[in-house]
Amino acid sequence: MSETMNTDDAVVLAPARSAFDQDWRKIVNWGLICALALIFVSLTDMPDKLDKRVIVEPLLSMGYLSLIWIPIALGNFVTREVVLEGMAQHKKGLRELVAGVSVGAIGGAGLALLIWLLDTRDLSDPLVNWNDALLEVLSFGEGVGYGAIFWILASAGLGLAGGALHLLPAIANRLLFAISLTIVLSASLESALDDISEGFQLEWLFEALFEKKGGLSVQGAIILAVFAIAWVLFLGGQAKRGRAAVAARRELSPTKVNTVGLVLIAVAAVVLPMFLGRLTNDLLTNVGLFLLLALGLNIVVGLAGILDLGYVAFYAVGGYTAAIMTSPTSPGLSPELPWWVAIFVVVFMAIVAGLFIGAPVIRMRGDYLAIVTLGFGEIIRLTVRSDWASGFTGGAQGILSIPGADIVGIATVKGTDPQQVLYLVIGFVAIAIYVSWRLENSRIGRAWMAVREDESVAEAMGINTVNSKLQAFVVGAILASFSGAIFAAKVGSVFESSFKILVSIVILVIVIVGGMGRIAGVAAGALVLVGILGGPNQPGLLAEFSEFKLLIYGALLIWMMLKRPEGLIPNVRRSRELHQDEFLQDAWLKAQADDDDDEAVSGEAAPA
Amino acid sequence: MTTAMRSKAAPRTGVDWFLTFLRVLLSGLVLFGLSAFLLQQIDPGNPLASAINPDANRLSWDAFQGLVISGLSQGAMYGLIALGYSMVYGVLGFINFAHGEVFMVGAMTGMITSNKLFEAGVWEDNFLLAILIAVLVSVICSTVTAVVTERIAYRPLRGSPRLIPLITSIGVSFFIQNTSAVLLGPGAKSYPRLPDWLRDDIGIGPFDIEGKKLLVLVVAGLSMGALWYLVERTKTGKAMRAVAEDKEIASLMGIDVDRTIVTTFAVGGAMAGVAGILWGILFGSVTEFTGFLPGIKAFSAAVVGGIGNLGGAMAGGLTLGSSESLAPQLVLEPLGVTGHTQLKDAVAFLVLIFVLLVKPTGLFGERLSAEERA
Repeated sequence: MSETMNTDDAVVLAPARSAFDQDWRKIVNWGLICALALIFVSLTDMPDKLDKRVIVEPLLSMGYLSLIWIPIALGNFVTREVVLEGMAQHKKGLRELVAGVSVGAIGGAGLALLIWLLDTRDLSDPLVNWNDALLEVLSFGEGVGYGAIFWILASAGLGLAGGALHLLPAIANRLLFAISLTIVLSASLESALDDISEGFQLEWLFEALFEKKGGLSVQGAIILAVFAIAWVLFLGGQAKRGRAAVAARRELSPTKVNTVGLVLIAVAAVVLPMFLGRLTNDLLTNVGLFLLLALGLNIVVGLAGILDLGYVAFYAVGGYTAAIMTSPTSPGLSPELPWWVAIFVVVFMAIVAGLFIGAPVIRMRGDYLAIVTLGFGEIIRLTVRSDWASGFTGGAQGILSIPGADIVGIATVKGTDPQQVLYLVIGFVAIAIYVSWRLENSRIGRAWMAVREDESVAEAMGINTVNSKLQAFVVGAILASFSGAIFAAKVGSVFESSFKILVSIVILVIVIVGGMGRIAGVAAGALVLVGILGGPNQPGLLAEFSEFKLLIYGALLIWMMLKRPEGLIPNVRRSRELHQDEFLQDAWLKAQADDDDDEAVSGEAAPA
Repeated sequence: MTTAMRSKAAPRTGVDWFLTFLRVLLSGLVLFGLSAFLLQQIDPGNPLASAINPDANRLSWDAFQGLVISGLSQGAMYGLIALGYSMVYGVLGFINFAHGEVFMVGAMTGMITSNKLFEAGVWEDNFLLAILIAVLVSVICSTVTAVVTERIAYRPLRGSPRLIPLITSIGVSFFIQNTSAVLLGPGAKSYPRLPDWLRDDIGIGPFDIEGKKLLVLVVAGLSMGALWYLVERTKTGKAMRAVAEDKEIASLMGIDVDRTIVTTFAVGGAMAGVAGILWGILFGSVTEFTGFLPGIKAFSAAVVGGIGNLGGAMAGGLTLGSSESLAPQLVLEPLGVTGHTQLKDAVAFLVLIFVLLVKPTGLFGERLSAEERA
C-alpha cells in the first residue's frame, strides 16, 4: 500500500478543470445508458420480486439495490480516465461531481418516464411485468408525481455520490467498498449464517446482527461496518505483515506458509461439516459437485486451452454409468455393483468417452472444436433420451432408486444425509485439487500451457500436441464423471434433463469468472456463483434470484470477457498473456516520454 | 487440408488410424442403411432386409415427398441464418454464437407484431399487408440487435485471442435468451392463425406443397438473390469482400473497416429477421429457446457448405435440412433404430461431424483470408 502512495505522490497533477468544461456528448450518452439500464432492470421486475429480500431491515432491500447501484456506477464511470504512463492528469474537482449529477439525473428522468407510462399506458401484452405492482414499488405507493420526482432527485444524488468517489482518497474508497461488500455479502449469506451460528452455539451473535423477519438490523449493519473498517485499517495489513514476518523469521519460503494455510483449510473441511446444519451441508455439496466439474474444465480450458462446450457429456457419462451399475431397477443391464466398484467402471467409461469425443475434434480449429463438442454433448443427451437407448438408460423416465454410495465396506453414504455426501464430495474435491496442482507444475502441465499459447511453437519444441491435448481431455472427463457418479448417488435418480447444455455453460462461467487456470480462482467462482446464486437446477442462498440467475450469468460472462478476461483471482501467467498489448503499450509510451525528455534537454541545450 | 499434408510428412499416429476408422465406419453405416432402405423399398419381405429390421415398412411416395419438402423449407431457414454466421466468420474470424438469438428476436417481435395486427383486424382483412409490416418490424429489430451486440460486446475485443469473442458471444446468447424469458415471460407463444390458402396444398408438377412451405422457399430464394446482388454487384458488397480478404489492406484502400463490419452484422441480422418470421409462419409458435438449436444447426450448415462462402451457406442449409428430415427414415429406420424421429437433432450434429472429418473445408470450399485459416 505504501508503494502505491508513493507513486501517487510522484505524479504531477495538472490543475482541476472548470466544472462546465465537459464532454457533454459523453455525459448524455452515459445518461441514456443509465436510463436504459434502470428501465430494463425495472421491466425485469427485479425491484418488485426481490423486494422481499431485505438487506438492512427498514432501509434497503435487494429490489431497490438492483436499481440504485446503476447511477452510482455510471456516475463514477463517466469521468473515469485511463491513465497511461506519461499522460497529463488533472486534479479531480467539481467537474466530476457535475458529470455524475447529470448522468444520474438523465437516468432518473428515464425512470420517471417509465413510471408515467406505467400509469397511463397498458403494455402488459408483450411485457409480462407491466403491472400495478411494479408501479407501486417504484412510486412507493405515493402516486406517480411523487415517484417520478423522487427518482429524478435520488438518481441525481446517487450519480453525485458516484462522481464524488473520484474526489475521495484511495483509502476512503477502499473503506466504502469493504463496508458495502461486507453488508451485502452478510445479507446474502443470511440463511447459511443462521445455520452455522446454530451449529456453533452462537445464536446470540446472529440475533444481534439480524432481524427476526429477515435482513440485517440497523445496529447489525453498523457493527459489520465497524468490523469492515477495522479489518481494512488494522487487521488486514496486520495479517499480511504477520505472514511475511513468520516467513522471514523462520526462513520459510512463501510456499511453506501457503502450505500452512492449506492445512488449515483441510482441517476446516473435516471439522466444519459436523457443525453445519442440513441446509448448509446440502448447499456445500452442490458447490462441491460444481467445483469438481469446474476443476476438470479448468484443466481442459484453463490449462490446455481447449474450449469444450460439451463438457456436460462426461458428467452424464459418470451419472448414467454409476446409475446403471448400482441401481437394482435399471433396465437392461443391472449388475448392482457396490458404488466403490462402480466408480472404476465410471472412470473406464469416462476414459473411453474422452478418447472417443476427443480424437475426432482434437485437430480442429479452436472454434470449430467448441461447436462440435457442443454437438457431441447434445448427441449423448438425445441418445440417452431416445427410445432406442431406453433399454439401458430408461429414456425420459430415467433410472430410479439408486442406492447411496458405499465406500469399500467401511461406510455407506446415504444420499438423504447431506453431511455424509458432503464428506464424500470433499474427499473427491481434495483428490481433484491435488491432481490439478501436481499436473499444473509437471511436464504435462507445462506442455498443455505451451499448446494453449501457440500450437505450432509447441510442436516445434517437440511436444506431441495431439497426445497432450487428448490427455487434458481425458483428465477433464474423469473429474467430470466423478461428479456425475456422486450426483447420481446423492439424488438417487438420473434424468436426461439434468444434463442439458446449460450445465456446460454454467461451468464455463464458473471457470471464467473465478479465473482460468487457477485452482483458488475456480474454487472462489464455484462458491460465489453456485453457493449464492445457485446452479442450473439447484437453488442457491439467494433463492429469490432463481428467475434472474441465468440472466446474471450471461451478463457476468460478457462483463468479465470485456473488462477482466483473466477472472477474479487470476493466474499470473495467463493474465500477463491477456494484457500483453497493454504492457507493450505502456512500455512504448514510457519510451516516448523518455525520448521527449531527451529532446527537450537537447533543445534547451542547443540555443545556449 | 492440413491432415492430408501432415499424413504425407509424418508417420500415422493412433489418432489418425482412429479417425480413418471413424470415417469408414460412418460412411459404411450410411451406405449400409441406404442399401437396406432400398432393399426394403423393393420388397419389405426381402429376407436380407427383414433380417436387419423385421418391422420395416415401405415408404410411400407421398410420405417421401412430404419429408423432402419439409426438410427443404426448414433447410432454407437454416440457410438464411447460416448466411449471418458465414459472413461474420468471413470478416472477423469468430463464431458469433449469439446469431441464433438474433433470429429468435426476429421470431419474437414477429409474433408480437402479428398478434397486435390480428387484434386490429389487419391480419385477416389484408394478410399480405400485415405480413409485410411484421417482416419489416422483425427485420428492423433483428438488425438493431445484431448491430448493438457488435458495438457493445465484439468491437472492444477486436484483435484479442480468438476464443475470447467466442466466449463473449456465448454470454450474449445466454443474456438475450434470458432477457426474453424475463421480459416477455417464459414458454411458447403462438402466432395468429394463418389464412386458408397458406395451409392448403398447392400442386406444382409432381409435388404437392403446402402453401406456407412454398412461401418460405420463395421468400428465402428472394432474400438470397437480394443478398447476392448486394455482395457481388454493389460497392458496399465489394467493401465487405475486401475486408474479409484482408482488413489492413482494405483500410489502406480507403475502406472504413468498422463501418463495413457493422454493415456485415446488419445484413446478417436482417437475414436472421426474415428467417425468424418464416419460422413463425412455418411452426406457428416461438419460445425463448427457439434460437438455440436452429442457431447451432445453421452454423453447422455454414460449415457444411464451406464457411465464408455465401452460396455454400444456402446449399449447406438445404443439405442439412433435408438430411435431418430424411435420414431418420432412410438410414436409421432401416438399421432398426426404434424411435428414429427423436434422433433428428442428433443427425444434424452427426452431419456436421461427418463433414468435418471427411472434408473440413465444406462441400463447396471455404473462403477465408490466410490469417483466419491459421
